[in-house]
Amino acid sequence: MSTATAQKQGFGATLWDYLTTVDHKKIAILYLVSGGIFFLAGGLEALLIRIQLMVPDNNFVSSGMYNQLITMHGTTMIFLAAMPFIFALMNIAVPLQIGARDVAFPFLNSLGFWLFFFGGVLLNLSWFTGAPDAGWTAYAPLSTTSPGHGMDFYVLGLQISGAGTLIGGINFLVTIINMRAPGMTYMRMPLFTWTALVTSVLILFAFPALTVGLFLMMFDRLFGAGFFDPTMGGNHVIWEHLFWIFGHPEVYILVLPIFGLFSDIISTFSKKRLFGYSAMVFATVLIGFLGFMVWAHHMFTTGLGPIANSIFAIATMAIAVPTGIKIFNWLFTMWGGVIRMTAAMLWTVAFIPSFTLGGFTGVMLAAAAADFQYHDTYFVVAHFHYVIVGGVVFGVFAGLHYWWPKMFGKILDEKLGKLAFWPFFIGFHLTFFIQHFLGLMGMPRRYWVFHSGDGLDLGNLISTIGAFFMTLGTLIFLYNVIITSIKGEKASADPWDARTLEWSIPSPPPFYNFKQTPLVRGLDPLWVEKRQGNGKMTPAEPLGDIHMPNNSFIPFMISLGSFVMGYGLIYQVDDSRWLFVAIAGLLITLGSMFVRSVKDDLGYHIHKEDLEEKGAGSE
Amino acid sequence: MSDEQLQTLKPGQSPHEPEKATLEGKNKFLGFWFFLGGETVLFASLFGTYLALKDKGAETKAQELFGLELVFIMTIILLTSSLTSVYAIYHMKNLDFKKMQLWLGITVLLGASFLGLEIYEFQHYVHEYHHTFTSSAFGSAFYTLVGFHGGHVLFGLLWIVTLMVRNAKRGLNLYNAPKYYVASLYWHFIDVVWVFIFTVVYLMGKVG
Repeated sequence: MSTATAQKQGFGATLWDYLTTVDHKKIAILYLVSGGIFFLAGGLEALLIRIQLMVPDNNFVSSGMYNQLITMHGTTMIFLAAMPFIFALMNIAVPLQIGARDVAFPFLNSLGFWLFFFGGVLLNLSWFTGAPDAGWTAYAPLSTTSPGHGMDFYVLGLQISGAGTLIGGINFLVTIINMRAPGMTYMRMPLFTWTALVTSVLILFAFPALTVGLFLMMFDRLFGAGFFDPTMGGNHVIWEHLFWIFGHPEVYILVLPIFGLFSDIISTFSKKRLFGYSAMVFATVLIGFLGFMVWAHHMFTTGLGPIANSIFAIATMAIAVPTGIKIFNWLFTMWGGVIRMTAAMLWTVAFIPSFTLGGFTGVMLAAAAADFQYHDTYFVVAHFHYVIVGGVVFGVFAGLHYWWPKMFGKILDEKLGKLAFWPFFIGFHLTFFIQHFLGLMGMPRRYWVFHSGDGLDLGNLISTIGAFFMTLGTLIFLYNVIITSIKGEKASADPWDARTLEWSIPSPPPFYNFKQTPLVRGLDPLWVEKRQGNGKMTPAEPLGDIHMPNNSFIPFMISLGSFVMGYGLIYQVDDSRWLFVAIAGLLITLGSMFVRSVKDDLGYHIHKEDLEEKGAGSE
Repeated sequence: MSDEQLQTLKPGQSPHEPEKATLEGKNKFLGFWFFLGGETVLFASLFGTYLALKDKGAETKAQELFGLELVFIMTIILLTSSLTSVYAIYHMKNLDFKKMQLWLGITVLLGASFLGLEIYEFQHYVHEYHHTFTSSAFGSAFYTLVGFHGGHVLFGLLWIVTLMVRNAKRGLNLYNAPKYYVASLYWHFIDVVWVFIFTVVYLMGKVG
């Protein structure tokens, strides 16, 4: 459905359309909008943290509130901002890049989104009654003994949204394996699709560990179990293991698709085939594999012993090798290329040194003996913000500039895009570069105040000033989004003179994506046709009826049920009548699943004649 | 996909593998295997937790607590139910709907009796040994691991019964064949997990 027809609908109809949609392009928009809102919430929390730390012995927020702010900032940014951004980009790009009409399971795609959304809403509702306050890592026994319901919201909110993520991961795995257009072999897939595939594998094998960890914590907090309670024979190190068996792959889940989209962007804007394509694929898979072997490097000071520490230290350092391969391949792709410094390319070029710095400190932290000095200081804070902001956030901005035309049919203003980049880029380095030194000077993370006379004043002030620059950059980007949607330039099918399949169809694409499935004749299929053909994809099939899935409201209901159940479970410790609420929620969920199971949902067909009428305009 | 998918298949017709005859079926088949991969990590995490907390904080240790007779019978029952579900899928591939339903019915009966015995077993531990979910870390870990498996058995039973009732009148077609097939995959997975529970929890519990 193009935006033109959407505008003709009333607001109610549009809302209903989005509540029931199973179209990957609309689900991408849903992920983007909700991720964007959570990103602003997490950013506001970050700003409050930095204001508190602007001057020594500050009293801007209370210590309890500070704990809630740091916990919610971390949790929100990882689970509710970065993850949906990744899913937004995967949803818009992956099916189009492989020449598919939709994902393998459109219904599950919608279910995954709504579970994520309701989980995020549940978590953020905790602000009204006291937010989680045990850090985003929620180490036991701090988390299991935290008073109030904050940590219960953490547990249930993440459980629900995590289920959505797992579903999304399986969906993309099957989509990429089963739905590729004829000729789209594995070694012809764009790097973004490759990284989406590996990321989905990581999601599949990492998230269940978090699921179990959250279940155990829920049992401890809400049902009197003793997993993490030493007086009952429990062991809180189990939480650390489960959390990081999930938590470390999570870092790669976030950053791999970003690597992929940078590869596509660099190749497009350098007008060159990606240097070392197969090495890039190999490096991606290797990073994915090694990502599972390094979780205990978060636990060097837990006391696992020198042998375990050494093994995990070496495995961690090994990851620098495939990552280095990638960095050099990006540089070699640009070398000798016809480089166009668009906003997307600007973010990409800025990413390379920024992320590399994060990689360097990563290797420093991997040295287990040295880590005893760095552990829980601002050095660590600086490190992971360099990889997450310098990697993922830069990447999301780049990806949004790159695929905005495909999502919305309009090009984000290039001038404003670059204007947003500079304050964000400068602010980012102002905020976090100095934190390396604050950490080395001994400033611990998660502390509410620092004292004057410790020599930390200037560094913290600079860091806070940087945070305001980043805010300014974000606001300019938002202004760009608004101004573009009002009077932006309409995008052609291929505004970047790009190389991959998504640019062979109109922007935004018709709801069935490809009128005829394209025939892929090589890596960078559209570029192949531009150079060796007539610039258009050759169809792999005659024009025929297209089968489409039906919209459904059931995913929303299943997710709503789990939201209600989560609320009931949280409060049943205070009053057992809340158990009825929990059971009601469970029944809504199971009932909706039952309806889904017994009702035939065969979809419908767009007839060949209707496609022919639309004819010239859509190809 | 269209109405032809809802046409009832009869013995002797093609295709031989109705569960993979459509793209939707192929997707379900692959997606479900991936889902089982995720489930494997889930149970592996639970097994790891159980091994770390075995006997911890409990008055009655595993060696004293467990008896192998009942658990052995449960194992035989569940393994047999896996065999009967294989027969059901064998008949599905021959497009013989009635025989498939019959063998699935037997599978459900076996699964339900397994579940009944498990509930009895838990009752026994609670009343004879005061070994409960909240009595010790061992209790929490034991009931969580075995209970998660039991929950899977229950969900599998509800799933298979729903399929059997829903399709009782209309028989097998290309639309519901993949549904039957992945339900049987799920059932096998539950069975495999139980083999590990029998070994890790009960046999290793007995030898100390």
